[in-house]
Amino acid sequence: MGRRMRGQVLLWSLQRISAAVLALCVIVHLATILWAVRGGLSAAEILGRTRGSEAWLAFYALFALAAGLHAAIGLRAIAAEWLGWRGRGADALWLAAGLATAVFGIRAAVGLYAA
Amino acid sequence: MEGTLTVKVARSEGPVEYQVPARANQTVLDVVSYIQRELEPGLAYRYACRVGMCGSCAMTVNGRPRWTCRTHVAKVARRGVLELAPLAHLPVLRDLVTDMAPFFEKWRKALGHFRPREAPEGEIPDFALIPPASPERQQADAGIECIGCGVCHAACDIVGWNPDYLGPAALNRAWTLVNDLRDGAGAERLAAVAGDAGCHACHSTQSCTAVCVKGLDPAAAIAGLKRRIFWQDPFGWGGG
Ligand code: SF4
Ligand code: SF4
Ligand code: FES
Repeated sequence: MGRRMRGQVLLWSLQRISAAVLALCVIVHLATILWAVRGGLSAAEILGRTRGSEAWLAFYALFALAAGLHAAIGLRAIAAEWLGWRGRGADALWLAAGLATAVFGIRAAVGLYAA
Repeated sequence: MEGTLTVKVARSEGPVEYQVPARANQTVLDVVSYIQRELEPGLAYRYACRVGMCGSCAMTVNGRPRWTCRTHVAKVARRGVLELAPLAHLPVLRDLVTDMAPFFEKWRKALGHFRPREAPEGEIPDFALIPPASPERQQADAGIECIGCGVCHAACDIVGWNPDYLGPAALNRAWTLVNDLRDGAGAERLAAVAGDAGCHACHSTQSCTAVCVKGLDPAAAIAGLKRRIFWQDPFGWGGG
């Protein structure tokens, strides 16, 4: 396999793995929401749960990383098929977009942790 | 069925309509042959075996790719109308004839030919004995009856969007050989069918399986290739 082909296989595998991670994360996320809104929702209550909690920080960081990668890899495929955006330049752009999305999410998770 | 059929043919110079006598048990290929013999001697179309073996007669019939020698008019005509066009996703040579060269070029790229296992140094090359009823042989047999008609290739949207995509027929062939224990090109073939122009481009929409004239399941074959590559070398670090 050439390097370029390896990259493509890697992206496909990341797409599948991030999908599995997202499936789990979304379930946990939704369950938490259902559980958290029982007695009304307040910022203080949310921060009480996430502030200083390494477990929630890790959870949301992983969630954000999976979401960023999954979305970017998916958009890359759609853009290649519908708009003909292919090649190294497009790949670099999508990788950057995916990581940027993930970084924003992770920054928010860090914010909740450190608030 | 009696009366007349209206047959709209997408010819190279533009659409032309013909009236053809409707007969019982008529196939679409019968209709095309009638037009060429009685009405339009210059109409270009292709067939060879007329019995569903050679894979040369495929066309678009009322919007869907089909093997015309085995397609009964009664089954596909809509209110006495047949619309015929060349097979999609291939260059048109003339009228209803497409150039199959790019299609078979994809088979070549997917290493679609059998390559016998090498014998160890100094030994006489011999084939492994695989009983016909064994699971190994049955797995290889699952997709072996492909006649190379191009119907699945024409039905696949991804081929339309990405002309480099190897497509369901070539990948089904590759999976057949990957499963053939007598074949020795496994790793090389998996490398040839990986990536954005290979099995990883497939969206598993199963149009190919829905139209396959031989009732094969190219979509499952492609899923098999993805699975094999994933478990063998998920991150493309080496190995296969
Ligand atoms: S399953 Fe894959 S190969 Fe078959 S039609 Fe869909 S995208 Fe094409
Ligand atoms: S897989 Fe089926 S539809 Fe596709 S080329 Fe082979 S026989 Fe034709
Ligand atoms: S003419 Fe041979 S398959 Fe139709």
